[in-house]
Amino acid sequence: MTDTVETVEPVIQVHPLVALGEHIAASLGEAVTGFEFAYGDLTINAQRESILEVVAFLRDDAKCRFISFVDVCGADYPEREFRFDVIYHLLSPHLNHRVRVKIQTNEATAVPSITSIFAGADWFERETYDLYGVLFSGHPDLRRILTDYGFDGHPLRKDFPLTGFVEVRYDEERRRVVYEPVALAQEFRSFDYLSPWEGTDYVLPGDEKAKN
Amino acid sequence: MSEVDVRNFTINFGPVHPSAHGVLRMILELDGELVERVDPHVGLLHRGTEKLIEYKTYLQAVPYFDRLDYVAPMNQEHAFALAVERMLDIEVPRRGQLIRVLYAEIGRLLAHLMNVTTQAMDIGALTPPLWGFEQREKLMIFYERASGARMHAAYFRPGGVHQDLPQALIDDIGTFCEEFPKALDDIDTLLTENRIFKQRNVDIGVVPLEEAWARGFSGVMVRASGAAWDLRKAQPYDAYAEMDFDIPTGSNGDCYDRYLIRMEEMRQANKIMKQCIEKLNAPEGKGPVASVDGKVVPPKRGEMKQSMEALIHHFKLYTEGYKVPAGDIYAAVEAPKGEFGVYLVSDGTNKPYRCHIRAPGFAHLSAMDYLCRGHMLADVTAILGSIDIVFGEVDR
Repeated sequence: MTDTVETVEPVIQVHPLVALGEHIAASLGEAVTGFEFAYGDLTINAQRESILEVVAFLRDDAKCRFISFVDVCGADYPEREFRFDVIYHLLSPHLNHRVRVKIQTNEATAVPSITSIFAGADWFERETYDLYGVLFSGHPDLRRILTDYGFDGHPLRKDFPLTGFVEVRYDEERRRVVYEPVALAQEFRSFDYLSPWEGTDYVLPGDEKAKN
Repeated sequence: MSEVDVRNFTINFGPVHPSAHGVLRMILELDGELVERVDPHVGLLHRGTEKLIEYKTYLQAVPYFDRLDYVAPMNQEHAFALAVERMLDIEVPRRGQLIRVLYAEIGRLLAHLMNVTTQAMDIGALTPPLWGFEQREKLMIFYERASGARMHAAYFRPGGVHQDLPQALIDDIGTFCEEFPKALDDIDTLLTENRIFKQRNVDIGVVPLEEAWARGFSGVMVRASGAAWDLRKAQPYDAYAEMDFDIPTGSNGDCYDRYLIRMEEMRQANKIMKQCIEKLNAPEGKGPVASVDGKVVPPKRGEMKQSMEALIHHFKLYTEGYKVPAGDIYAAVEAPKGEFGVYLVSDGTNKPYRCHIRAPGFAHLSAMDYLCRGHMLADVTAILGSIDIVFGEVDR
């Protein structure tokens, strides 16, 4: 479903965001590995090491002027070598356009922090670190932000269970809050709603009996 | 005079301080009464919304959005609905769009009434919240009459809105729009020229425009600093393009400008609501309120009694849900507190692969240290009130 630049037909006038993407890719050279235009959003795929250069260019270039910081967040794709995407959203009030910059990283590789360019990225990077364990180098204060004091693990990773590992309750006898392993009264019901009529890629429960 | 051992004082502000608006713990480093450093600790209301959404179908994800900014619930649903609609490439029928705009503006009134009046309470005025909450009560009844719930409505769904509005409700909202400016003027006379209110707000928490952009501010926070930036005008969604309204802007970027803008936005919201009602009553405003192809929005119960196909669609949509094409999208709305965005990643199945919620309050609160440094301790509550945060959306 992704409309890449190649598939845009020459008869249609080039969308301003595609033109902008071409301008950005041409100006930044090696730092940008490509760009996509899909669902009305422009996505720039960038090299992790050059993220500072890319973001500074987007902010300062006269044709871009993405001066408004919007968002930094992560996404987890465990099957990839560099499993995390770090996604930056910027807004240009002058052009009235948005841009998304994507880079890839893993648990061990630190991403340069953009807090020196956009002060607002501070908490968003902390959140990404907290929820995914993405490390940001040069961040002034990379602490956990949303999870509990003393929390262990990174809850938005795909391999972190929805129910978590510990639960808290107030203990009357000890007169304090205690942490205990999660005890589920009933197993978490993860329903598979995908239709068996359209074909699943696994054996449906019970089907193995029919084969014999 | 002998040398005195001077040291800074560190105090906890919240999480049970009434003007901490719920569950904020701020560690303030004070030099006498001057604030040297602010370290807000958030996350006390963290419920893992984003993780939960990954385990739910697109329709089941909708109610989580009510629970983010619970002061104006439908505005959050709006962003999610727009994101899913853009990926599915479906058009909401005109009546559905008008109802959405009407209720998004009701949400704006709810949020601004809450903020303006409780901010006044934080700095010592007791009457405004009593007057403001009387109006909020009426608006919440409109929520209830449309969706069945006073707050957690789950009313804006991908494809449209859940149900049509009864004509009596539209007429009652019309009556409210006639009476509301009077109530707003009353609050206005209490606060706008009030000497104490001005002393507490003028020149407090000033943000220059460039700083506001770089810190991820949006909504009232950038408009108070002088930018006429409003997503309803700049990137109009639903029926906003045909509405006639103005964007108030400030020039000083202080707490008082933010207050004035919120007051004016309420008047503009009232104006938009009136236009919506007029358009809903016109012949062009009649018709379906949600996408009718049956592929995204389940059919109504009445249809199911007659049509086999409707029955199948109903069953499929409430068990399997609908599949959204793979890709990612960022959709934002002008929520009362600023730009509320949803970054949605779909892998082509019936559940979102990733749903990041970009809450305006999160960006605003992160600037607390910048805003409060050098101010007096008492100004912290004034600033915290005027940046308009609700912990449902900050902590998610």
